[in-house]
Amino acid sequence: MKPSELGRVAALEVEHVGHRYGARVALNDVSLTVRQSSFTVLLGLNGAGKSTLFSLITRLFAIRSGRIRILGHDVVDEPAAALSRLGVVFQSRALDADISVRQNLMYHAALHGIARKRADELIAQVLDRVAMADRSRDRVGNLSIGQMRRVEIARALLHQPRLLLLDEPTVGLDIKARADILAHVRELSANEGIGVLWATHLIDEAGTGDDVVVLHKGSVLALGTTDAIVGQSGGVDLRDAFNRLTGSADQDELETPR
Amino acid sequence: MTVALETTDRHGFSPAQYLVCLKGIVWREALRFIHQRERFVSALVRPLVWLFIFAAGFRQVLGVSIIPPYETYVLYEVYIAPGLIAMIQLFNGMQSSLTMVYDRETGGMRTLLVSPFPRWWLLTSKLLAGTLVSVLQAYAFLLIAWFWEIEPPPLGYLTLLPALLLSGFMLGALGMLISSLIKQLENFAGVMNFVIFPMFFASSALYPLWRVKESSPLLYYVCELNPFTHATELIRFALYEQVAWISLGVVLGCTVAFLFGAILAYDPARGFLARRNNPGG
Repeated sequence: MKPSELGRVAALEVEHVGHRYGARVALNDVSLTVRQSSFTVLLGLNGAGKSTLFSLITRLFAIRSGRIRILGHDVVDEPAAALSRLGVVFQSRALDADISVRQNLMYHAALHGIARKRADELIAQVLDRVAMADRSRDRVGNLSIGQMRRVEIARALLHQPRLLLLDEPTVGLDIKARADILAHVRELSANEGIGVLWATHLIDEAGTGDDVVVLHKGSVLALGTTDAIVGQSGGVDLRDAFNRLTGSADQDELETPR
Repeated sequence: MTVALETTDRHGFSPAQYLVCLKGIVWREALRFIHQRERFVSALVRPLVWLFIFAAGFRQVLGVSIIPPYETYVLYEVYIAPGLIAMIQLFNGMQSSLTMVYDRETGGMRTLLVSPFPRWWLLTSKLLAGTLVSVLQAYAFLLIAWFWEIEPPPLGYLTLLPALLLSGFMLGALGMLISSLIKQLENFAGVMNFVIFPMFFASSALYPLWRVKESSPLLYYVCELNPFTHATELIRFALYEQVAWISLGVVLGCTVAFLFGAILAYDPARGFLARRNNPGG
C-alpha cells in the first residue's frame, strides 16, 4: 500500500453519479463518501438503486456520468488499482456449491494473482477471522446460509482490500446469524481500518454511531451520522426519520409531475 | 498488497501473476468438470447415440464415395465421427455459455469480472478452460468409438489435438458472444433451436457437401459459409494427419472475430451488460 492511502483519502468517493436503464432513471446525481474504518449503511427500499450503484462501483456497468474513486483510484482510469483494493459480497450467491470452501477461496486468490503458498496463508487468516477455519475442507453446499455468508465475507477479504461492499448481506438469515454477521463486519471496520459500505433495506441494521446514506428512487435524500439524520428530519428515531424523508419525497413527486 | 514483483505491467501484475490467474480459472473449470459427472456423461452419450443408432440406420441409405481425406470407401459411421466430435465441442461451447448466463444470475460471473486483471485476459482464460474440457470429452468419445471400428491412424490422434484446441476455442468464443446477448437462463432452448441445430444440420457433419449440392445449390452455399462446417473439416483432416488449409483459415478468422466480439460485449464501456442487466435493487 502507498503511504498516501494511510492518510485521510476516503475509502470510497462517489461524485455526481447517474445511471439510467432506457428511459427509467435508476440513479440521479448520487454523491456519497465512505471514510476509512467507517461503517456506512446505505439504506434504501428494494428498487432504490443500491444494486445499480454496486454494479457501477465494481465496474460491471460503465459509468455514464460522474466519478467513482476507491482509495483515490478512479474506477474508470485505473480499474486494476481500484478493484484490487475492493472486496465485494454480492447479493446473489457467488460461491461454487460443488467444491470445498478452501477451493473456492483458492480460485478467488488466483483471480487476484496470489500464488498458492501465499494464498494458503491468507486463506487460513480470513477463515479464522470469520470463525470458519474448521470448515475449510467442507463442501460449500453442506454449509448453512449463515456459514456461506461468512465464507463469502472471508472471500471478499482474502486479497486484503481497504474497502468492503456488502449488498443486502443478511437476506435469508435468521436473527442470530444476522446479528453475528453484523457484529463481525463492524469489528472489521473498527479493528482493521477497512471502510465498509453496507447496503440494506433493514433500518435496524444501522447503529447509533454509523454513517448513514438514505437512498430513495435513485436519489440521496440524506447523509450523515444516524443522530444527525434523525435530528434534521425531526423524527424520534431512524425509522421515523426514514419514513418522513421518503414520504415527503414521494409527496413532492406527486405534486410536481414530470 | 501482495504484488510488487520484479516486472509488472500497467495493471500492476507480473507475467507470473497472469499465469496464476489463468491456472486458477482452468483449475476451477476442471474441478467443476470432475464434480458434475452427469454433464460429462451426457456430453458423451449424445454423440454416441448418433453413432450407434442414427449412423447404423443410415449406413444403408447413404453411401459415401471416396473423398479426401479418405483413401478408401468408408462406413457412414467413420464419416460422421469427426462431425460428432465437432458437435461435442459445439455443445460444450454453448453449455459454457449457459453456465455464464447462470453464473451471471448467481454471482459467479460477477466474481470473475470484479477481478482486477484485464477483462480480455479473464475471458480468454475462461475460454481456454472450457476448450480443455471439450478436448477431454472428444478423446473420451474417440476411445469408445474405436471399439465401434472407427480406427483412424495412431498418429492421427496426436495431429488432432491442435485442431481440437482451435475448433474448441472458436465454438467457445461463439458461445461466449451469444451468452452476452442472452437475457435469461431459459433462453438456452432458443440457443438450441436457432444456433445449435441449424449449425449442425447445415454443415458437412452428417453428409458430404457434394451430396447437398446435388439437391440444393443454395443450401450448399449456406453450408460452405457455416463455420461449423470448417470446424468439422479441420477435425476430419487432422484425424487423418492432414491439414484442411481453407478450413484452418476460416476457423482462425472466426475465432478472432468471435473472441473480439465477446470481449467487446463484456467490456463495461460498451454497455452491453448495462443495457441488458437490470438488477432492480
